[in-house]
Amino acid sequence: MRLDKTELILLAVAALLAAGGWIAPQWLVFLLTMALAKAMVVQGVVMQMRAGLVTFGQGLFFCVGGYAVGMSGHFLNISDLALLLVIGVGAAVLLAMILGLLMTRYREIFFAMLSLAFSMILYGVLVKSSALGSTDGFNVKAWTLFGWSPASGQGPLALFMIIIACSAVLAVLLHRYSRSSAGMMCEAIRENEVRVEYLGQSPRWVLYMNYVAAAAVSALGGGFMALSAGHIDPEMAYWITSGEFVFIALLGGTAHVAAPFIAAIVFAVVRTYAIELVPHSWQMILGFTLLAIIVFLPKGLWSLFTGNARRAKA
Amino acid sequence: MNNYKKSALKHPLTLAITAGLALSMGSSAMAAENGKFRIGVVTFLSGPAAGPFGEPSANAAKVLVEGLNKGKLPVPYNTIGINGAEIEVVIIDEAGGAAKQVEEFRNLVQRQKVDAVVGYISSGDCLAIAPVAEELGAMTVFYDCGTSQLFNEDKTPQFVFRTSLDAAVDNIGAARYLTKTRPDAQKVAGIQQNYAWGQDSWNDFTHSMEQLMPKAKVVESQMPKVFQGQYGAEISALSVKRPDIIHSSFWGGDMEALVLQANARGLLEDATAVLTCGESALDRYKDQAPNGMIIGGRGPFGAFAPDNELNRWFKDKYQTAYNTAPTYPASKMAQAILGLKHAAENAKVESGKIPAPLEIAKAFKGATFESVSGTVQMARAGGHQAMQGISYGEYQYDKASKKGSVQNVIAFSGECVTPPDGTTALEWIKAGFPGAQCN
Repeated sequence: MRLDKTELILLAVAALLAAGGWIAPQWLVFLLTMALAKAMVVQGVVMQMRAGLVTFGQGLFFCVGGYAVGMSGHFLNISDLALLLVIGVGAAVLLAMILGLLMTRYREIFFAMLSLAFSMILYGVLVKSSALGSTDGFNVKAWTLFGWSPASGQGPLALFMIIIACSAVLAVLLHRYSRSSAGMMCEAIRENEVRVEYLGQSPRWVLYMNYVAAAAVSALGGGFMALSAGHIDPEMAYWITSGEFVFIALLGGTAHVAAPFIAAIVFAVVRTYAIELVPHSWQMILGFTLLAIIVFLPKGLWSLFTGNARRAKA
Repeated sequence: MNNYKKSALKHPLTLAITAGLALSMGSSAMAAENGKFRIGVVTFLSGPAAGPFGEPSANAAKVLVEGLNKGKLPVPYNTIGINGAEIEVVIIDEAGGAAKQVEEFRNLVQRQKVDAVVGYISSGDCLAIAPVAEELGAMTVFYDCGTSQLFNEDKTPQFVFRTSLDAAVDNIGAARYLTKTRPDAQKVAGIQQNYAWGQDSWNDFTHSMEQLMPKAKVVESQMPKVFQGQYGAEISALSVKRPDIIHSSFWGGDMEALVLQANARGLLEDATAVLTCGESALDRYKDQAPNGMIIGGRGPFGAFAPDNELNRWFKDKYQTAYNTAPTYPASKMAQAILGLKHAAENAKVESGKIPAPLEIAKAFKGATFESVSGTVQMARAGGHQAMQGISYGEYQYDKASKKGSVQNVIAFSGECVTPPDGTTALEWIKAGFPGAQCN
């Protein structure tokens, strides 16, 4: 397989970040791990945005991924990280294959509301299950990897390395997907669905495949979130969580596969410093950040990287 | 259209990330130790729990730390700061869920280099924070969360302490109060918020009632969703069953709304409400709540706090600063900080030096200290969980002075309502409270 320039750069950045992990303070390593886990869910949101669908319920798959990981650890005594993540992704894919049949019939606000509804149903069910700790959730057991477990205190760094590796592979795959015929088709559907049908393609099945793939990517993020935070609760499926993913997606823009990663990191850094500096009104700082992005960078943070080229053409 | 693949990615990406790294490293160096005792205070500053719980707690921390830094507290806390070192508070909002709190907890310990963290109202947050605190070796005092699960999951705690009571104590206490004051009650109903807190409370309460008042039957249980605000349908459902007692673990705005609506509908004239968190609105009920309504304050806090010198000082200072009496969350925050001060000063390090977390933890384990709520014994969970009594009383409104107060207060000792180590609260209740020593 030959890597193009973008992919090489993505891998180089990943390697650089991994190297940085050794010297960076531990809190930053943890913050980046959480941000990357979130970025994976945002990738799922962005995949659907490219097809013209805004989902306010991506928390559904985030939560399914997280709970599948947590419950497999508790009830099946599985502690292998790779196996746990596969179970999480598998559970989300199964669910998405069923829900997708219904979801792909809808567009625009109807799609947004229906996706929101499904994630809130899961939230409601989890809140009522006291065996799973209701709203308190439960703690996720420590993970191992192929029989190896990180030394005490080294868990966050080890997980950071793993998530960097996964993110790099995911970024390359998503980059290829966005330029494949299926990925291009998604953009075409966003522009004009009727024309796509005239071309002899079925927009519904393209969207179905895209929906399932987005669910898988989001569940991977949920699994990583569960393993790094060490705790899961129904809040993961709450609409505010899903809204946050849309927020980050808008922050980054949909132009490039790296945008959600950058946006998630910027979001995490802005938020943690906002909480530290203005503990009573940190939400306002986040709000103003989004407002500023919408006003000055309507295509998201990514337009900082392409802005000059585009302005010159316009 | 998007020809980003050629022009876009050269160095901006790497540039942005290295800039980010550099920025955050710089600030972490800034927050290095400055000789002050840094306490991270985490409580709700936004969201529905901020008004009734978070703000009074944050205010209490401010009042207390100010007093401690000036050395103005009554004995035994009349020394300056903590072990002679000035206290510096870093306050953080608890809103946003457990995953975010884990992240912010790590930031507090590793970036802001706090010497101890005092906080957490949400039980989910406490459960999530405990293993992280043990992993990082960070001195942590939970001041409010009530989950019975905490020390079931964190079986061999080292750095985690809780100066507040297990939520089961509230409901065992409520059942014991009813046994003493309403022994003839036949029909019991309940209304809880449908989440972990409400479900656990109702479970503990009904099982306690089965043991203590076997003749009383549960006739109705309503579980509206949390922060619903309107309880018309639930109040109708309760009224139809004509209960003698209505138990509710509602808190904050929900609790006040329930009292207001149920009272207006006449439900509280025939039935006595038992509100385990009722004390937090003592100053606001006015004539909207019936006299004789049973309220609790989750321990000997707020209006149930004893009249000792420490509490008089605290009430007075709080009253002058915020024009209202401290409610139970405020007392609990004060208790946690006092416990921390007591432990740090008994860690036997030189005055003016800040003891290491392990030294504080060793001194905290099994300690007995004075607080605004009387004497606190860290007597459960291997010396990591506070044991205190709990009080319930009846609401009385004085029309002349327009002030609400509590009457007929009965205090139950810690040994009477606290499950012993090695058994969960529910097991203890179901077994009929073996070993309980009641006054």
